[in-house]
Amino acid sequence: MDIQLSIQKLTKRYKTGDGVSDISLDVQKGELITLLGPSGCGKTTVLRSIGGFLEPDSGDILIENKSVLKAPPEKRPTAMVFQSYNLWPHMTVFDNLAFGLKIRKMKKSEIDQAISEVLKLIRLSGSEQKFPGQLSGGQQQRVAVARALLLKPAVLLLDEPFSALDAKLRHEMREELREIQSNTGLTMVFVTHDQEEALSISDRIVVMNKGHIEQVASPQEIYDEPKTLFAAQFIGKMNFLKGVVTNGRVMIAQLAFPNSKNLSGNVTLAIRPEDVQLFDGEEAGLPGTIKHIMVLGHYAEVSIDLQGHGIIRSFRPRDQVNDLRTGQHVKVNFAKTLVFPTV
Amino acid sequence: MRWYWKAIGPKKIIEFLVLVVFVIFFLGPLLNLAILAFTGNWKYPEAFPHEWSLKWWRFVLQQEDIAKSIGLSFLIATIVTAISILICVPAAYAFARIRFPLSRFFLFSFLLTNAFPKMGLYVSIAVLFYKLGLMNTLAGVVLIHIVNVLMYMTWIPTASFRNVHTAQEESARDVGASPFRVFRSITLPLAMPGILVASIFTFLNSLDEAQGTFLVGIPNFKTMPVIMYSIISDYPAYAGAVFSIILTLPTIILLLAAKRFVSADVLSSGFQFK
Ligand SMILES: Nc1ncnc2c1ncn2[C@@H]1O[C@H](COP(=O)(O)OP(=O)(O)O)[C@@H](O)[C@H]1O
Ligand SMILES: [Mg+2]
Repeated sequence: MDIQLSIQKLTKRYKTGDGVSDISLDVQKGELITLLGPSGCGKTTVLRSIGGFLEPDSGDILIENKSVLKAPPEKRPTAMVFQSYNLWPHMTVFDNLAFGLKIRKMKKSEIDQAISEVLKLIRLSGSEQKFPGQLSGGQQQRVAVARALLLKPAVLLLDEPFSALDAKLRHEMREELREIQSNTGLTMVFVTHDQEEALSISDRIVVMNKGHIEQVASPQEIYDEPKTLFAAQFIGKMNFLKGVVTNGRVMIAQLAFPNSKNLSGNVTLAIRPEDVQLFDGEEAGLPGTIKHIMVLGHYAEVSIDLQGHGIIRSFRPRDQVNDLRTGQHVKVNFAKTLVFPTV
Repeated sequence: MRWYWKAIGPKKIIEFLVLVVFVIFFLGPLLNLAILAFTGNWKYPEAFPHEWSLKWWRFVLQQEDIAKSIGLSFLIATIVTAISILICVPAAYAFARIRFPLSRFFLFSFLLTNAFPKMGLYVSIAVLFYKLGLMNTLAGVVLIHIVNVLMYMTWIPTASFRNVHTAQEESARDVGASPFRVFRSITLPLAMPGILVASIFTFLNSLDEAQGTFLVGIPNFKTMPVIMYSIISDYPAYAGAVFSIILTLPTIILLLAAKRFVSADVLSSGFQFK
């Protein structure tokens, strides 16, 4: 596979001391990679550096094996979609779309052709003469995506493009973007702080925290095998329990768990709620009392007080909670545990 | 009477009364002016002239110094508007985009030029102009007019530029526009309503300015408002009326034109410090 975008040891510090350091990342041609992390972790800083709106302190950015650091935004083979205010309100949709093409001296007939095609792609045919103010928020973002597509960029950059939209629309837009991506084979760098969004659209996710990368992996891998405690707690729902390593084994009370990383001393166990199993017989397990049972459609969330080890949540299929009651004593065991050094 | 009050509602009636008062106070004098200006022959006790004519228009336009003052006023207003656009619009862009430490101080300092009694300011400027040899020169008059409008001309466009989001400018860079092209095709058009309103203010303010012009421009630069004083004392009221209309007309025309661009928004945001 060709590497379309390569970020090498990128560092950018603002005067305030915030920023990103030592970011290295290779993006394959045709890949949709997501930068995911809490607000303020430096996602926009990385994206703006790729787009040419920020000059990094050090490091390099290569697109199709050529450094683009020297080029201003208008000369870079990138296109950017911002969270909002992408469109120029004094121009029609057509003029918004045509602006960049006219600068590139494209022929009038070709411009018309390209715009009518791209409008069909985003399901806004016939909106050429509307002004941005006459479109809904979702339609405006689709026009912004369309404008970026028209430039046939080597890399498409999207900075939380759907975060200002309501949940349902956000869902639809994700699917649409994914579809556009598979139709065009465009390389995309997508920024979001929404882990669900990242899990649903990405080929790979870059988990960022406090200006550095925590993990780069496929959504499934990040979910199943988060490399750091931060990644474990940021992606998906997770329970945390304190444990201690004795004789090389991770122990909570009398129960032993695998010590895959050969840690020692105090450790933190991370357990997905769907991996928390409940028993009421004599099986081995941590004793607990059911505090709440909340039925959420096709599954139920059961909170169990582990008597001195904290409260843990379990997701159970709905038919398995019918004979559970609050206050009931149960045994708890885990189908899968992850172990991290306690910080 | 009571049923009337109830049927139409106090709000409507008060609105109507306000309108009547407004018409009497604002349109009344204008109407009176118009009648006077087109009077041919008017015996006093009669309500209206019994003969209409353009003779006072002819008379006014034939007075050499009056005709000259009209030309001069428009010339000066045009120069003042052009120069203050050239100075203030770039400054406004800088105030809007670049956060430098003294920007608030600078913006406020323009308020000073409008906060004190004008005459005091003018006299101290006049003293300076004497030393610089700017008394009784076109440059002197233009400068004193510019001092007057610095505030509007900077504040209003600053607010307009602030309303242009950086994402809008950056999107344009992103699709291939040079910084200059971005300014010309995106930033400037988006800020244009504010700039237009400020320019109209400036033009009208210059047309209207008498005190400073009188102090700095006498004897060679008598603009319309300056010469107005002598017209009122030296000519019949009819000539004064014609002259007032010539002075008022541009205001009305430009304000009507401006109405298209003025949203309360543009005006009010011109006076906020963000
Ligand atoms: N122009 C700037 N000047 C100073 N600090 C900034 C600037 N832009 C961003 N920051 C800071 O840098 C950090 C990373 O910001 P950003 O890249 O925007 O994060 P994200 O997009 O992940 O929310 C934040 O702490 C932010 O406050
Ligand atoms: Mg951001």
